[in-house]
Amino acid sequence: MIKVENLVKIFNGVKVLEDISVDFEKGKTNLVIGRSGSGKTVFMKCIVGLLEADEGAVFYDNRDFVSMNFMERKQIRREIGMLFQGSALFDSLTVEENVMFPLNMFSNMTPGEKLERTNSCLRRVDLADINKLYPGELSGGMKKRVAIARAIVENPRYLFCDEPNSGLDPKTALVIDDLISEITHEFDITTVINTHDMNSVMEIGEKVVFIHDGRKGWEGTREEILDTADENLNDFVFASNFAKKIKALTT
Amino acid sequence: MNFFTLFGRYFILMGRVFSRPEKTKIYVKQIIREIEVLGLNSVGIVIIISVFIGAVITLQTRYNLESSWIPLYLIGLTARDTLLLEFSSTMVGLILAGKVGSNIASEIGTMRITEQIDALEMMGINSASYLILPKIIAAMLFNPFLTLISMFVGLIGGWLAVVLTGALPSSDYIFGIQYLFVPFYVTYALVKTVVYAFIITSVPAFYGYNVQGGALEVGRSSTRGVVYSSILILLADLIITQLMLA
Ligand SMILES: Nc1ncnc2c1ncn2[C@@H]1O[C@H](COP(=O)(O)OP(=O)(O)OP(=O)(O)O)[C@@H](O)[C@H]1O
Ligand SMILES: [Mg+2]
Repeated sequence: MIKVENLVKIFNGVKVLEDISVDFEKGKTNLVIGRSGSGKTVFMKCIVGLLEADEGAVFYDNRDFVSMNFMERKQIRREIGMLFQGSALFDSLTVEENVMFPLNMFSNMTPGEKLERTNSCLRRVDLADINKLYPGELSGGMKKRVAIARAIVENPRYLFCDEPNSGLDPKTALVIDDLISEITHEFDITTVINTHDMNSVMEIGEKVVFIHDGRKGWEGTREEILDTADENLNDFVFASNFAKKIKALTT
Repeated sequence: MNFFTLFGRYFILMGRVFSRPEKTKIYVKQIIREIEVLGLNSVGIVIIISVFIGAVITLQTRYNLESSWIPLYLIGLTARDTLLLEFSSTMVGLILAGKVGSNIASEIGTMRITEQIDALEMMGINSASYLILPKIIAAMLFNPFLTLISMFVGLIGGWLAVVLTGALPSSDYIFGIQYLFVPFYVTYALVKTVVYAFIITSVPAFYGYNVQGGALEVGRSSTRGVVYSSILILLADLIITQLMLA
């Protein structure tokens, strides 16, 4: 479980995040939703320490992350897998080298064991026979999968995904969502996913946190989200005309 | 950003670059790769430029001394000392600042804006050290060879000019380039080269590492990296010359 308490982030005097507290539950897909620019990416980067929060605390299974020193944080980070908005694969390395990279840096496995582990992760994301290709030769959806494989290669306890299906067609997006959700349950990971895609919310949102203008606007499950009274959330959920018409028909 | 902030941030980054490496074996591999990318790939351009400059220096010296009473072998000596003292270290340094510097700044800058550097940090890797240290070490190890190559090839360029134009007897040139040879000049040039190598790699790396924004900023950082490393090279030239030759 990851516990965030009263997180504040200020950029040039502007409060981008204001006093956000939330618990992300273990073994579940926790979704952070909100408009573009609402602060989702900044929120995630503050939790993992890529940005320093100005106030507040973050606990990884009761371990106080904010007050840790550099070496202790490094240890926690090795328990974190992260999927970036643009995949962030290393351009100069092949698919295989990308996935194997964390193992090469840290593990004491033999080369055979590393390859075995790499291939099993690539199989897990349904990629085969592309080991020797470079990221530049892959489609957006394949890159995301490779990035997922790289994120899980060291058996993380926590998985962070920033807009895992941005730039993908709805069908591929669904495949990626399901993949993340399956992996979360399979390995009992605490997963946090940033998204503005209502399809993802309805498909895999076990716990949903709505961020509006840098504040926590709402928190609940995907079942509750459709009959919320929160105006801002309603605005977000039924943003498309299609959704609005359906809502008008059903109520 | 003001000068002192910039300076401070550069030193903070260098502090991170030179902190304890993660896994020595991986660094050795990276250094070898960088020697290839930054060093071996520059041999061609260094040879081409050095041949031409060696030839031009020799011919210019010859035509400036036309019909004077100065002995012809001094033309060889002048060409040699120009190459040794200034050209093969500083000029080659400036050319490499353009070639290697823009390469480093844009590579690291692109990694920054595509979140590859964040990805390294998230894996618990010191990204500054992992990305920058191998480049600095590779250049400091290999650039002295580029300087030596430039000296040697420059002298051959001068000789070719002499032979092809008949500007002076080849024997005078060959005598001249050996006459009153000061080995310390080579040491001086190599010391400069090593300092330049540090500048050429660390300054553009600094600009690339701190890119914020998109492709446009990567381009800007690469220009800045080249401009500032060139200025610093000339400054270092002045200081080292005063320290070593005065
Ligand atoms: N480094 C920074 N410096 C200053 N302001 C920043 C910085 N990074 C983000 N911001 C600001 O913080 C706000 C939230 O940005 P953020 O990237 O978190 O949005 P987001 O919810 O992830 O949007 P999207 O869905 O488009 O990715 C924006 O107004 C942005 O301008
Ligand atoms: Mg974002």
